[in-house]
Amino acid sequence: MVWVNQDKCAIAGVGATDYYIRGKSYPRTINEMVGEAILKACDDAGINVKQIDGFAYYSGAQMGYGDKVDTASLMEMLGIEEVGFTAALTSGGGGAAGAVGLATAAIQNEDANYVVTVMALQQYRQRLGTVFGASAPSPENSFLQPSGLVGPGHLMSVLARRHMHLYGTRREAFAEVVISQRLNAMNRPQAIRRNELTLDEYFASPMLADPLCRLDFCLETDGAVAWITTSTERARDLKQKPVLIHAAAHGGTRNWGRAFAWMGMPDPDFGSSGHKPIGDRLWQQSGLAPSDIDVALIYDHFSAMVVMQLEDYGFCKKGEGGEYVESGAIRYKGGSTPVNTHGGQLSEAYIIGATHTREAVEQLRGVAINQVKDAEFALVTGGPASLPVSGCILRRDS
Amino acid sequence: MSGIKYGVAQAVPGDHIQITTDTWTEPYWQAAKEERLTACQCGKCGHFRMPPTAFCPGCQSQDVKWPTLPGTATVFSFAICTRSPFPDVPDFVYVPIVVDLDGAPGARLVSNLVGMPAEDVTIGMKVAVEWNDIQDGWKLPIFHKA
Repeated sequence: MVWVNQDKCAIAGVGATDYYIRGKSYPRTINEMVGEAILKACDDAGINVKQIDGFAYYSGAQMGYGDKVDTASLMEMLGIEEVGFTAALTSGGGGAAGAVGLATAAIQNEDANYVVTVMALQQYRQRLGTVFGASAPSPENSFLQPSGLVGPGHLMSVLARRHMHLYGTRREAFAEVVISQRLNAMNRPQAIRRNELTLDEYFASPMLADPLCRLDFCLETDGAVAWITTSTERARDLKQKPVLIHAAAHGGTRNWGRAFAWMGMPDPDFGSSGHKPIGDRLWQQSGLAPSDIDVALIYDHFSAMVVMQLEDYGFCKKGEGGEYVESGAIRYKGGSTPVNTHGGQLSEAYIIGATHTREAVEQLRGVAINQVKDAEFALVTGGPASLPVSGCILRRDS
Repeated sequence: MSGIKYGVAQAVPGDHIQITTDTWTEPYWQAAKEERLTACQCGKCGHFRMPPTAFCPGCQSQDVKWPTLPGTATVFSFAICTRSPFPDVPDFVYVPIVVDLDGAPGARLVSNLVGMPAEDVTIGMKVAVEWNDIQDGWKLPIFHKA
């Protein structure tokens, strides 16, 4: 059944700070970076910041895992007079691609006209990579943390190994995700990692959590990204060509649940991204199939999870993700569905998924650095993580 | 599968491990203190759940049993970690494992495998429990090759 809100709302503007290597954004403050991204998004859209009347966050309005923004503080700082909607998807980066659905709810319910979604990350006190081991565990986490699985990469490596065991997935597949995205980052001035990468260099990278090596881990960076959602009708009167919200879904099943914080998932969910129910809903909402997607912005905190998402969204069969990526299918040059044309979180910057929406917007306006010719449909996904996981399909305006 | 020789998998140093408990997890840890491996079982329908929670997800009963398990398990998946999780402890090799517990179908434990070369650990391997003394007088179940 076609989604009732299909193409009714649109992303009208997007803005971002510079991207910094972890900690290098100091002494800027998190609110300052959030403010800059929002102001740039307003400028891009051609609206005054005072027109913002809604906030649709993800990650519980946490900015990374140590900072949090508060709508009232942002209103005070930016001079926003009144809001009619302020809400967040729960949990963490899993909701990154679902926040446009939350913004759509705000607009279609006539609670707000110009809704901002923002994410920022600054890691000068605590590295995100060690965040889970930094303090005494909760009673629930006392069943996980004592094992020494203290970083997200540790946790993800256990899922990756199960996938390798069940389906024969090779490290060469993870390498292809890393190398193909690096190729996409090489011509991008804002990308943190731009040097060419060979397969030999990949295999020489130190193992941090076997089967994952350092290059399988995303970057640790600082920065902020924001975007403005409004009705498609309003967006068509603004500065930029609108990017339509064609389908959006968040949620997931109990069999995935807390995922790698739980480790209780049965097969085949264990060696997956938890995204299959989201993919199924997006295809149902849109009537599209994976072959209709022109460019896919797949959440890449860890290379292996890209392989599993490609399976869960149906770009290939379950268990065949390794072969699929090794065939060259995800390459910008010559691939059937280019993936992470901005270099992704592995090579460009990691702002908890927000850079993927920015790239989707640029692709569908036709102004991306690695532009996919005539791109009409972009898939954006949120992080394979504790529920909700999320995805959306964005569309070029005709 | 990486071909790297890591050497013998170590236990995570117990004096660096903390746990906390609540009403529903406390009996598990009290049993562990007596070196008795248990899992949370529904007193009504017999369904196992780990970690222990306030309701059975199958029948929503709050009745619980804490049966003594055989203390053996099967490796479901694992990682090989090479960096110390603690700033004051030098790097060491440790193997976090996810195991299916014998005698408690559906219940998994996240633990560590110790006492064998990390590169020889395999999925499907049978393991048996031993105990690591951790902070505040608690004991943590860890495993060696059965």
